[in-house]
Amino acid sequence: MAGAALSGRLRWQLGRVVDTIEETQRAKSLVLDLPNWPGHRAGQHVDIRLTADDGYQAQRGYSIASAPEDDGVMLTVDRLEGGEVSPYLTDVLEPGDELELRGPIGGYFVWEASLPGPLLLISGGSGIVPLRAMLRHWAAAGPRVAVRLVHSARTLDDVIYRDELMRLVAFEEVDLRIALTRAWPDNWRGHRGRVDREFLESAAWPPQDRPRIYVCGPTAFVEAATGALVESGQLPDTIKTERFGPTGG
Amino acid sequence: MSPISRGFLGRRRSGGDPSRVPPGQHVTHGFPVLSAGPTPHTPLPDWSFTIDGAVEKPVSWRWEEFLAVAAEEITVDIHCVTKWTKLDTSWRGVSVETLLKTVETEAEYLTAWCDGGYTTNLALEDVVDGKAWVAYEYDGGPIHPEHGGPARLLVPHLYFWKSAKWVRGLRLTPTDEPGFWENYGYHNHGDPWLEQRYQGD
Repeated sequence: MAGAALSGRLRWQLGRVVDTIEETQRAKSLVLDLPNWPGHRAGQHVDIRLTADDGYQAQRGYSIASAPEDDGVMLTVDRLEGGEVSPYLTDVLEPGDELELRGPIGGYFVWEASLPGPLLLISGGSGIVPLRAMLRHWAAAGPRVAVRLVHSARTLDDVIYRDELMRLVAFEEVDLRIALTRAWPDNWRGHRGRVDREFLESAAWPPQDRPRIYVCGPTAFVEAATGALVESGQLPDTIKTERFGPTGG
Repeated sequence: MSPISRGFLGRRRSGGDPSRVPPGQHVTHGFPVLSAGPTPHTPLPDWSFTIDGAVEKPVSWRWEEFLAVAAEEITVDIHCVTKWTKLDTSWRGVSVETLLKTVETEAEYLTAWCDGGYTTNLALEDVVDGKAWVAYEYDGGPIHPEHGGPARLLVPHLYFWKSAKWVRGLRLTPTDEPGFWENYGYHNHGDPWLEQRYQGD
């Protein structure tokens, strides 16, 4: 478990929102100009701090959606109904506004293009955000390992980065498998229903190929997916997870 | 000084007594899960708890033996570095001080190690005097595997990553050896009241 990812102090810094992108009905991306950004690795996150006019503050963590090679730092925020911070970020914040944050944070759930072995990315809902950073890092680097993305969403309209994912399929090394759990088009040729063991076994490389596996999503999704992977013989120490739940965010 | 976030009202501290919520935290009524890998499922017949390392003679308990050690009911507030705080959580377990009384040591630190490979480091002074337990019940029942069962460390005065899930032993060390998250840039001590989230905080 080597590798101190951070050194020195993580200071709060001010960024400016330069663009916002409606990804889905619930999810919005914020593109930030951060003059003091030290760079990041794919999979890391930031802490955001909001301050009300009476000094009250709230902090939350958000995954970074952009690759290290991209211009600007992009976050994608899933709006949680009744949440304190996410509805502010998706509904109130506009281009030109300032945003206070610090990062990058986390040195474990990261992928670097220099790592050998095929890359298996598995996400549920907005769990795709840090995996999108890995995919873009993968596309920007070379030579490229084989990569498969297994993504679960309620409906096709809930798939964050849908158009971008469709463009990625143009790479012959990319295999994209989308599972729709609630509703699907009549001609849908992807998986229908939840991501289960059979579906994961069809998507995963055999354990002896030592795939590097990253799983991100709501707790129940991550528990089910990692449980199925381990049962089908994948080695626990090849699986990295990031879980999130409705924490009031 | 932080600038004011235009249009941000905030929900204020609707979730409980503000004096019990450390800076940057908010109260949750759920019980979120944070783990770096798959949840291990160790069968109880294969479970043991060991104290070793810089001790005269290591000591180990099987599951039934561990349940026979004098236990305590604990009700505490817990604080996760991902910003949630949960008030009045109730646990049953054995105090770390009780366990440490079974060994002779001059070490001042320990590494808690776990199924799944997780580790975290603690100073001995942070685990004695009723500050730390090895808990095996939560809210009146067994601890669910995703929350660290069959047994987890409970060190509620520090951020919750110090309360190692699936704990299997304490290795006493003469020097302070950073554990898993401590090696990935998180604070070595992790006092939520001092907001010691990351290195340098």
